[in-house]
Amino acid sequence: MKLPIYMDNHATTPLDPRVLDAMMPYLKEDFGNAASRNHVFGWKAEAAVEAARKQVALLIGADPKEIVFTSGATESDNLAIKGVIDFYRGKGDHIVTLKTEHKAVLDSCKRLERARQERIDELKVLRLGELAGRDVTVEEIPTLEIKHDLENDAQFQRWVSKVQAGARVTYLDVKKDGMVDLEQLKAAITDKTVLVSIMLANNEIGTVQPVNEIGAICRERGVLFHCDAVQGLGKVPFDVTASKADLVSITAHKMYGPKGVGALYVRRKPRVRIAPIIDGGGHERGMRSGTLNVASIVGFGKAAELARAEMPEEARKLEKLRGRLLDGLKKKLDMLVVNGSWEHRLPGNLNVSFAYVEGEALMMAIKDVAVSSGSACTSASLEPSYVLRACGVDEDMAHSSIRFGLGRFNTEEEVDYVIDLMARSVSRLRDMSPLYEMAKEGIDLKSIAWTAH
Amino acid sequence: MAYSDKVIEHYENPKNVGTLDKEDPNVGTGLVGAPACGDVMRLQLKISDEGVIQDAKFKTFGCGSAIASSSLVTEWVKGKTVDEAATITNKEIAKELSLPPVKIHCSVLAEDAIKAAIEDFKKKKAARGK
Repeated sequence: MKLPIYMDNHATTPLDPRVLDAMMPYLKEDFGNAASRNHVFGWKAEAAVEAARKQVALLIGADPKEIVFTSGATESDNLAIKGVIDFYRGKGDHIVTLKTEHKAVLDSCKRLERARQERIDELKVLRLGELAGRDVTVEEIPTLEIKHDLENDAQFQRWVSKVQAGARVTYLDVKKDGMVDLEQLKAAITDKTVLVSIMLANNEIGTVQPVNEIGAICRERGVLFHCDAVQGLGKVPFDVTASKADLVSITAHKMYGPKGVGALYVRRKPRVRIAPIIDGGGHERGMRSGTLNVASIVGFGKAAELARAEMPEEARKLEKLRGRLLDGLKKKLDMLVVNGSWEHRLPGNLNVSFAYVEGEALMMAIKDVAVSSGSACTSASLEPSYVLRACGVDEDMAHSSIRFGLGRFNTEEEVDYVIDLMARSVSRLRDMSPLYEMAKEGIDLKSIAWTAH
Repeated sequence: MAYSDKVIEHYENPKNVGTLDKEDPNVGTGLVGAPACGDVMRLQLKISDEGVIQDAKFKTFGCGSAIASSSLVTEWVKGKTVDEAATITNKEIAKELSLPPVKIHCSVLAEDAIKAAIEDFKKKKAARGK
């Protein structure tokens, strides 16, 4: 067994050697531009891209013409959300999403909300200027809008109803196990809703959402369904027909392909339209300009083919490894809490809070093992994981969480090593933890008046 | 994030981990921080009637820098008078451990822990004097 051990397969996965082999010719002799229509170099590149397009389409049960290659899932999420809002503005401007979505989705939504707010603020300045009979600055809005009662100003409200910028967004809570509440989803959809964006599987707690039910609700209500399928593809079954998804974000590097390449599935029947966010040569049927990353696309295709062929067997293997990991940890340690649904979960995901031990300290103790933590100390924000917080996990338990991401190349031997190392490290840190001592003495930690800092 | 050698040394071989009898009139206990913030330090000082710190023990829930900060101050305060110990600042702790800006709060907590432990000792002493 070689150290360090990689158990952070939600962050990225190693390149499968078979993928690299498929890519190599396109990094060497077959370097052509897939858009070159007049020589053999271009034709070869184009043929390779089209073969990969088929492989990616097959993984999700799509038509190859519905696959738009991008630089990765962050771009795909941006393109889906901003592209839909831009194109369907005449129909509505409301998005429904989850609080536990990936930042690429949440921050795209936040930018759209900001754009709308900025436009409204411009209108406020205009209207308040009219009402006050003088020039008004943005800083004066809070005081003047109360004085002139903009809330009930018919003229201003008429203007706001015509705002053609950004979007309104509803961020749905999730249940304690991380699952979407379908009744809440139904209730959140209004006549202004154009898009629902809900992920297939969560990157922190591995929760697999009921995408087929979500898709059915969206289709019935006449709104588009975007699914960030990055973490789930190749791990759990997903099909665009069964899920009725209209837009699907995919990336290669979470399924043993190269980084820097992804795709957006854009449904053709019934046809879904998006406005591009990158302008240029009109590649990818005008939806995503830019010279295609041929070698990486070929690798993406190979990775998708392997994922499709090996998924059932690999899922069984990962579930077994994960069971071994959890059982082993439970045998040696008390006070463990698994975060997220156990039933609806990616096979390789285990997210556990080791009560009374801080996650970053724990990662420092197991430096030969690559995992992640929801502890704030690992982020610049000093806030613990927003995903765990959205699931109602107490902050101290969020600080104590470790995410294990098992993947294709992990072995039983590695799992056993990690169990042993974790048990020793957690025990050592608990011996050093005042909270563990207090808990063992039977002191209710919630009864103490802590001083937040 | 890379840790300084001193942080790693204190984290791997922490000095003075443990518990003193909090009922002992000569023991001052400082419990600072909050579980929700990811940092709780408990510093206990055994202080002679003359006001000299004879022993120091800590337990910390927190990241490596928080553990290192507490370990360091237990070494620093031993043998000092309470007045001398009270002058230790977070800046000195941060400098000694080369803490990066995002970890300065760990050194602040260690300074607070010293002050809280001394405060607790003085309260006990005052209660006895009554």
